[in-house]
Amino acid sequence: MRKHLTNHNELIGHIFLLPWILGLFGLTLFPMIASLYLSFTHYDLLTPARWAGLGNYIQLFGDPKFLKSLGVTFRFVLISVPFQLAFALLVAVVLKRNRRGVRIYRAIYYLPSLFGGSVAVAILWRRIFGKDGLVNLVLGWFGIKGVSWITTPSTALTTLIILAIWQFGSSMVIFLASLKQIPQDYYEAASIDGAGKVRQFFSITLPLLTPMVFFNVVMTIISSFQSFTPSYIVSGGTGGPLDATLLYSLYIYIKGFTQFQMGYASAMAWMLLFIIGAFTGLIFLSAKRWVFYE
Amino acid sequence: MKKRMWKNALFHILIILTGLSMVYPLLWMLRSSFSDRTKMFSSVSLWPDPIVLSNYAEGWRGLSGITFSTFFLNSFLIVLLVMAGTVFSSILAGYAFARVKFRMRGFWFTIMMGTMMLPLHVKLVPQYIVFYKLGWVNTFLPLAVPSFFGINGFFIFLFTQFMRGIPQELDEAATIDGCHHFQLFARIHVPLSVPAIITASIFAFLWTWNDFFTQMLYLSDIKKFTVALALRMFIDSQGQSSWGALFAMSILSLIPLFVMFIAFQKYLVEGITAGSIKG
Repeated sequence: MRKHLTNHNELIGHIFLLPWILGLFGLTLFPMIASLYLSFTHYDLLTPARWAGLGNYIQLFGDPKFLKSLGVTFRFVLISVPFQLAFALLVAVVLKRNRRGVRIYRAIYYLPSLFGGSVAVAILWRRIFGKDGLVNLVLGWFGIKGVSWITTPSTALTTLIILAIWQFGSSMVIFLASLKQIPQDYYEAASIDGAGKVRQFFSITLPLLTPMVFFNVVMTIISSFQSFTPSYIVSGGTGGPLDATLLYSLYIYIKGFTQFQMGYASAMAWMLLFIIGAFTGLIFLSAKRWVFYE
Repeated sequence: MKKRMWKNALFHILIILTGLSMVYPLLWMLRSSFSDRTKMFSSVSLWPDPIVLSNYAEGWRGLSGITFSTFFLNSFLIVLLVMAGTVFSSILAGYAFARVKFRMRGFWFTIMMGTMMLPLHVKLVPQYIVFYKLGWVNTFLPLAVPSFFGINGFFIFLFTQFMRGIPQELDEAATIDGCHHFQLFARIHVPLSVPAIITASIFAFLWTWNDFFTQMLYLSDIKKFTVALALRMFIDSQGQSSWGALFAMSILSLIPLFVMFIAFQKYLVEGITAGSIKG
């Protein structure tokens, strides 16, 4: 009877999982293996794939555009993620207490996250940081004649980084939820011992939040590496000026779907998987040193 | 007492000012969409003077004879399909992970969590090739069908977490009454999971509405364009000349997001925190 029941559940479980398992094999595992194979070939969708061995991978490291794109992406991720999370944490701590109006404030600070990934906001950004845009209008009051921020190579990426940081709302919501779980007694006890607000933040709040910081760092890094829409819209699909906004995803798109070098694009995709894996691996390894579990 | 009041007021003023400066660009876009072409970009004011509606009329006419009615309908159609597919596949998988005890459960669950970390690019090219060979390119199928197969682990995780929280006693009572898993699922867990269904639907809506990459990849016929694609094409074709119309349509494209946010704020917060707090 018992054995019969277990076997029965074995079947039932898989029936419920069936759509997902079909998707896992058909839409995830098979495409992954196929793209690994394609990354060792030259393929343009119309003619059969030609074996290239390690050709694509070797070519990657001699491709100045790829190296540039890699550098741009690293700068984008390594600058925007820390700022984004720092703002999220700061605002969450400030808006933690339930006083009057705080719910509306939280909603306002979250709004950019709601809209930020859209084409509409990317269009807005292009206008704000343009030659006769909003930023230069304000700078004009101070007698400063601003450049066209989005078409100047040295500033173009910064506008995208600002756009990413602006969207700190989602991480803020996660921090807010975990701040609520810290028992109030901790703060009361610390107060009695004479610890000020700043001391309380560094000795109670921050250590107790580290698991959440860890979670946010991993998730934000993974999604930042895949950022696409802003760089596409702001640069008009080119990654310009002078490849200054050529984020990794955009370059994959250009190689794979406008130049139809699909083998090359696949090699880039696998490099990206490797890079993201290395980053998350490093963060996981470092977690022992700074993540505090109660 | 007095000092406390001052501190309180200062707190509110600071928060409001910072908050305003954050949403200021959005408000400015809203204002510009109602402004006359000559006044549009020369002012930082948030009040249009005079108020002009022609940008909306001009924008709605769209491109090459296709109006924004078509683009909005296309976007909504894709969003609805993805919402249906997401709930269907994710609630089934969530039930298996949360409620059915079977040997392979831990194994599949680990794999599911692993797929959430994968960048979409490693699947991109072969998926495109397959959809291309199936003749699905330039249809909505590549955008909608994957959701019926639980392609996004986030949603499965969401349902798994939610269904783990449904009291075990309910299952036991119903099992004594002779319910088997399919009835348990249909009669107890689906009705009780309505909050999770709402949360999942909202996120499916927001992400699909905001998606640009996959839509651009698969849709090339202007009759099939979504709002996001139409906006992109608007910049390309009109150049600098009609920012008013472009802004007007951009504002319209954000309204569904805003409505979802206002109507379902609580569920939105649930969804954002689901992956982190309970996990």
